[in-house]
Parts: sequence; structure tokens; C-alpha cells
Amino acid sequence: MSTEALIQATALNRYYGNHHVVNDFNLTLRKGEVLGLLGPNGAGKSSTMQMITGNIAPSSGEVIIKGCNLLEDPQQAKRSIGYLPEQPPVYRDMTSREFLSYCAALHDINKSDRKKFIGLAIERCGLQSMQDRLIGNLSKGYQQRVGIAQAILHQPDVIILDEPTVGLDPIQIKQIRELILELGKDHSVILSTHILPEVQAVCDRVQIINHGKTVFSDSFKQLANRQNASMVLVGFDQGGDREALQKLAGIERVEELERVANQTKFLLRYGPSENSASLENNAVTQTRSSDIFQLAIDKGWKLNELTPQTETLEQIFMNLVHGETQVPEHE
Amino acid sequence: MNKIFTIAFTEFKRMFNSPLAWSVLAIMQFILAMIFLSRVDEFTGIFQKEMATVESAPSATFFIVSPIYLWAGIFMLAVMPILTMRLFAEERMNKTLTLLSSSPLTSVHIVLGKYLGVLFFVLLFVAMLLLMPLAISYGTELDWGMILASTLGLFLLLASFAASGLFLSSLTSQPVIAAVSSFGLLIFLVVLYLSGSSQSNSSELFIYLSHFSHFETFVRGVIDSSDIVYYLLFIVGFLVLAIRKLDNDRLLR
Repeated sequence: MSTEALIQATALNRYYGNHHVVNDFNLTLRKGEVLGLLGPNGAGKSSTMQMITGNIAPSSGEVIIKGCNLLEDPQQAKRSIGYLPEQPPVYRDMTSREFLSYCAALHDINKSDRKKFIGLAIERCGLQSMQDRLIGNLSKGYQQRVGIAQAILHQPDVIILDEPTVGLDPIQIKQIRELILELGKDHSVILSTHILPEVQAVCDRVQIINHGKTVFSDSFKQLANRQNASMVLVGFDQGGDREALQKLAGIERVEELERVANQTKFLLRYGPSENSASLENNAVTQTRSSDIFQLAIDKGWKLNELTPQTETLEQIFMNLVHGETQVPEHE
Repeated sequence: MNKIFTIAFTEFKRMFNSPLAWSVLAIMQFILAMIFLSRVDEFTGIFQKEMATVESAPSATFFIVSPIYLWAGIFMLAVMPILTMRLFAEERMNKTLTLLSSSPLTSVHIVLGKYLGVLFFVLLFVAMLLLMPLAISYGTELDWGMILASTLGLFLLLASFAASGLFLSSLTSQPVIAAVSSFGLLIFLVVLYLSGSSQSNSSELFIYLSHFSHFETFVRGVIDSSDIVYYLLFIVGFLVLAIRKLDNDRLLR
């Protein structure tokens, strides 16, 4: 993996009339990286991708693709990109092979190489048995594959896929994800989706967008580590003291949930742990649990419940998207 | 240049992937052949005898072939918009235009490629029309100069229909609207011709603006460079507008 930036988009803005759809958007894509653009519907994912692929011009900002300014030299810049829009741009009245050879010609692949390139794309997308059928007669999943084949045909450095798994059945979704993982080995990929597990399954890095703004941008590991900023539910038959709990390592806040007679219940909220990057999730939870046990023994409390409550990625995503926390970009 | 031809050939081929191009060619050929047949009938049955003694009587070419070209021009007023409506409007509707706009192509490539694709069709249509005079050329003396002038005229006329249709198709994402508006434009130019040549208030300007007046000179067997220039200006004008429209699409939508 080199540090060379294949796509460098800076301060992109886009207005549709008075709608400010994309707001000061930055994006960097390095070689061999699979970047997930995640956001709810209408967050500005598609507009962003259209700007990066040169289908719409940004109202302000610039896009540099492999050292080529997309606005000044669009033809050269577009050579390095393979793009699959939300709806696969396929001609329903052509067969897959015919269509791909047309695309090959449009991307000026040499006549002598065309057959090889087309064969490779057909093979990678599993279209061998469908290559002589009319695209209009193929199922949605196979049409999507033809769309992907079209995007990877000219072996671009960057493959941009806009919601590639929308409207597919679970098996097809699985196959397409496997294909994307496969592509990620020798291409850089940008993938947009509103489905979190999809990003989890295939991406190295995630950029979460909401209302046209980046609310989170970091590697997946970092997002997973935010899980450690989680909670532990503890209950005691006897004793239990807020002050004492507060002194535990890594505690941010202690909430008293209930107190019936002698029984108490607390919710311990942990802050993000500093060294957690090096530690496994499990290890962190284990240390915390043993800390609590130790405290209970020292103070002579009777512990009756200890439930680590991990915040799921889904919850983190929801928090980010609903603007409860504004996280600065880690760039 | 290569890319323009790639687009043109593919567009041309795709026309024949649907029944549209086939049925247009077949039906037009059938109707024009019927007209042709009735003219031949009339010529051999009545006209030939009546005109046998008249000095400088109209030739067989004038009587039989010229009407075919005139009718072909009139019919294509309605047919060309149907052929050109798909060019951009249908691609927009199916969202397939992205394929071209994210390939390393400029709007010039896209517009010229698509236009050339239609021109291939026009050439085919005009060539098929030529078969009719060829069929009677064994039985009678024909004025080939006049026929070739008419052919060139018809080609230019249809090429101008295609250019305006292409532009109007680039404005909308609804093929039907593209077809209706280009049909409207073509009919409007015919109306200009009719009103310009009316008895009470004839207008040279209106006649000049209408594409039919220029076509007429070709059908009479006259190749006038000013008519050719009129068509070329018409075509280039609309193509430039279409290119501008596609470029603008990226800026505002």
C-alpha cells in the first residue's frame, strides 16, 4: 500500500437551486484502499460520486484524479475511473458481450486487447453463461453485474460503485460483496451505501456523510474501537456506592438506575480508552470486569449482575447521523 | 474521430435491434411504392397519350419520380421525430446517458456520434428510395441528373430534420415530448412556407426560412449552393446547441 493519493477531492460544494446538497466535502482515496461512503438516504452520496466521476460539476472545489484535474482535463481524468451509477447504465437491447465490447471501444482499449479485457471482466463478474443473452432479459442481479463489468472493464485505478447491492436478493448481495472484496485487491474502490453491515463486510475505511457533511472519517478499526466507549450494567444486593464506582479506571460517568431497599443498579459509562487500539475488544471488557469484581470484594459489596453493554456499530452510526456527536475528521 | 464512429455504428445497429427502424423502413417503402405505382399507371394509361403531341411536355422523371421525393419529404416530417426522440430523451429516461458521460468522451463526440448514427439511417432510406426509379429505368429514359439532385435534396432535408430532432431530444427526458416538439417545429417551418407563399401576403423571408422551399429547388433538378448552405447552417446550428446543452447539464440540473 503506498501513500499516493489516487483521488483528492477538496472542498466540494454543490447546490441544486437553494439546496446545499454537498457541503465542504473532502475525500482522499489511496492506492489499494476500499472506502465506504455511508449515509442515510439523501445525504448527498450520489451527488458526491457524480462529482468525482465528472457527471456533474461541483459548484466549487476541485477533484484531482491521479494528478489530473477533472475539471480541466476531464478526458484524461476519466480514463482512470470506472463508475457504476445507482441504475446500471446498460442498453437493454444489446447482449452483454456486445455491450461490453462497445464500452471497451469507448474507453479506447486497443482492438487486439479487447477480447482479453472483455473475457476477464465477464469471468470476474460471473457472466459466462449470460454473455449472449439480451441484457433486458437478465435478472436485476445479472444486470447489476453487467454494470460492474462495465466499470471494471478497462481496468481503471479507481472503481466507484453507487449502492451496488440495492434491490438484490441476499445471495446476490453476498456474491456482489465477494466480488467487491476481490476487486479491492488490485483496485481502489469507493462504495456508497446506506447499509452499515455492507461497509463492515468490505471496506477498509469509512466516511460517514450526513446532510452533505462528513461526520466521521476513519479506518474501520477506529469505528470498532468506539465500541469500547461503551457501558457496563452492574447490580448489587448490598452496598454499591456511586462515588467509589466513579473512581474506577476509564469511567466517564456513573448513572444510578434504581435503588430498591438494599438493591442497587448502576450504569457505568466508559470513555474511549486510549490504548485500546492495541488491545482486542475482549481484553478491554475483561479488564473492566475484573476491576469491578475487585472493587466489590474490597468494599464487601454483593455483586449480582454484571452485563457489558456494547454499543453496536448501528448505534454509533445512528448517533453520528443524528448529530449527537460531531467528530472531527482524523486526517 | 474513431470514437465518433464507434458511437455512430452502435447507435445505428441499436436502431435495428428494436422493430422501430425495420417497420419505419418497411411501411414507408410500401406507401411510397404505392404512390409510385399509381403514378406509373397514370403515366402509361393517360398522360403518355395526351402528351404525345405536346411540345416540351414534362418528362417521365418529372411526372413519376419527383412526386415520390416530395411525398417522402412530407411523410418524414412525422417519422423523423420518432426516430430522433430516442437519441437523448430515452437515454435520460433509462439513465444510460451516464455511460457516455463518464467515459473519456467530450460532448462533441457524443452529439456527433449520435447524429452520424441517424445519418446512416437516412442514407439507407434514401438509397432504398432510389430503387424505384432504378426499377423503371429499363423501360424508359430517365433524367438521372434530376434524380440525383432530388436524392441529395432529400438527404439534406432529412439531415436537417434529424439535427433539430436531436437538439429537442437533448432538452427533455421524455421521449414523447421530444417527438411532439420536434414534430411541432418541423410543421411550423412548413406553415411558414405556406403562409409565405400565400397569395395575399407573400413573404420572401418566410419562404427562405422554411426548409421546404429549399428542398423544392432540388426536386426541380437544380442544385443551388445557397440551398446547400441553408441546410448546413441549419444542421450545424442545432448540433452546436445540442453540444452546449449537454455541457450545461453538468453544471446545472
